[in-house]
Amino acid sequence: MLELKNVSFEIGDSAIPIIKDVSLTLENQKLYVITGPNGSGKSSLAKIIMGIYRPTSGKIYFDGQDITDMGVTERARLGIGFAFQNPPRFKGISVGSLLRIASSSEKAAVGCNYLFDVGLCPKDYVNREVNNSLSGGELKRIEIATLLNRTLKMAIFDEPEAGIDLWSFSKLTETFNKMHEKKDSTIVIISHQERILNLADEIILIADGYIQRKGAKEEMLPDILNACDCNKNCIERMEIGDECN
Amino acid sequence: MSAIEKKILEQIIDLHETPQGAYNLRKNGEGVERHSSANIEIRPKKDKPGIDIFVKPGTKGESVHIPVIITETGIKDLVYNTFDIGEGADVLVVAGCGIHNPGQKTSQHDGVHNFIVRKGARMRYVEKHYGQGEGTGKRILNPQTIIEIEEGGTAELELVQIRGVDSTKRTTTAKVHKNAHLVVTERMLTHGEQLAESEMIIELVGENAAAQVISRSVAQDQSKQVFYPRMVGLAKCRGHVQCDAIIMNNAVVRAIPEIAAHHEDANLVHEAAIGRIAGEQIIKLMTLGLSEKEAEETILAGFLS
Ligand SMILES: Nc1ncnc2c1ncn2[C@@H]1O[C@H](COP(=O)(O)OP(=O)(O)OP(=O)(O)O)[C@@H](O)[C@H]1O
Ligand SMILES: [Mg+2]
Repeated sequence: MLELKNVSFEIGDSAIPIIKDVSLTLENQKLYVITGPNGSGKSSLAKIIMGIYRPTSGKIYFDGQDITDMGVTERARLGIGFAFQNPPRFKGISVGSLLRIASSSEKAAVGCNYLFDVGLCPKDYVNREVNNSLSGGELKRIEIATLLNRTLKMAIFDEPEAGIDLWSFSKLTETFNKMHEKKDSTIVIISHQERILNLADEIILIADGYIQRKGAKEEMLPDILNACDCNKNCIERMEIGDECN
Repeated sequence: MSAIEKKILEQIIDLHETPQGAYNLRKNGEGVERHSSANIEIRPKKDKPGIDIFVKPGTKGESVHIPVIITETGIKDLVYNTFDIGEGADVLVVAGCGIHNPGQKTSQHDGVHNFIVRKGARMRYVEKHYGQGEGTGKRILNPQTIIEIEEGGTAELELVQIRGVDSTKRTTTAKVHKNAHLVVTERMLTHGEQLAESEMIIELVGENAAAQVISRSVAQDQSKQVFYPRMVGLAKCRGHVQCDAIIMNNAVVRAIPEIAAHHEDANLVHEAAIGRIAGEQIIKLMTLGLSEKEAEETILAGFLS
């Protein structure tokens, strides 16, 4: 179980508030989807959990242990994993060796199967370098595979669907579903996609650095999908001379 | 062979025993062991220090190892090696020099390598340089490589400087003829107060000649590196120069690639980039459980692989 207690996060010299007094409990084995407008702080919150950003105030507990001052490496070794929204590229490091670094030794041998789970044919990719020659969608899928390749207590995926084609997307939702059914880890997915939102046990809505709402999918989803009840586009609104609010 | 000699050999030719096939071992300025094979003959030069290596036409899948080791302080070794790779041959040449300098005086090896890769032949040349030793004496390596590739021939040069070489000045000169192909990959790591200079002049003289230079280096501490690769297109040809460096601490790296075309169908490209390790890369590897130091080492090892 992961608990954030009154976590705030400011960035830069002018201390711009990014995350504002967030308290949040993520229970074991549940699948959470975090959604909210661009720039609302979703990635920042995930980075705070991973230890990439340090909160300006507040506390973080993982399975009862205070991890507020723990670094990225230690948190990774505790079983927290994070798939980047924009994964970096590495000259000279192959997809295979990145997967090997990611996996605990006992699972290394089956690493290539996870490429398959994200819709990549392992034999075409294990020896490719994780450099500029990979397309955006390929890189993104490899990033997801590095996480699937690990034994994690908490897996956080930051917009895994971004840039991914229709076919791989179905495969991906299937993979998340299977992962969830196995109930090995808590899954947190940051997403704007209805089909991903549909996988959730609970949805967390973030706006402007706050948690605006959190609740069961069944309660949250209808409201989120109808958040703006204006169903006319700009041209139609001009025609009727009306603006929706 | 002593433990130190074995270790150096392992570093430079990846072997700890005498390899199969043609072999020449030079130690502290003298040839100490030499044998030819049925298709590869090694002969000592008569007029100056060094050897002549003849690979018979059509020789396939064979290799020749010619390591140089220096284990004493105050040695200054200059050697001339000439390689004649016969028509249609396909061989591997493993050179390399390791210096263990135990004392206060400079130990230096300057190797002048002359290659002719004949019609349709193929050669892969691997040269690793390495230095170690507890003494304060400098370890210096100044290799000169001169290569000519005849019609339809291919040469791949892998030039690697691993660690511990205080000063190096390498020059590579190549002439690439019709339909011939040259690939030079250079890998360099400097640290401490080391200096490294690499100068190349590659002339694409024949129709459809092609050459590629891929240089990757890491400069740490106060070390300094200068790269000066030049590619000259004198015919319808293709050439690509790529210099890529990671800079750390207070190091200095200069990359001055030059391309010159003397023919309207010469197609030449150069790219050069110098930068630090991206923080994102380190963090990504840390999220996989590596420490910051392990992450850095993994990135550098990959970059130089
Ligand atoms: N390192 C940083 N430096 C400066 N500003 C930052 C940094 N990281 C985040 N921010 C700012 O914090 C706010 C929240 O960013 P964050 O990346 O968390 O948003 P997000 O909800 O993930 O958005 P998106 O849906 O576009 O991915 C943004 O205004 C962003 O510009
Ligand atoms: Mg984001």
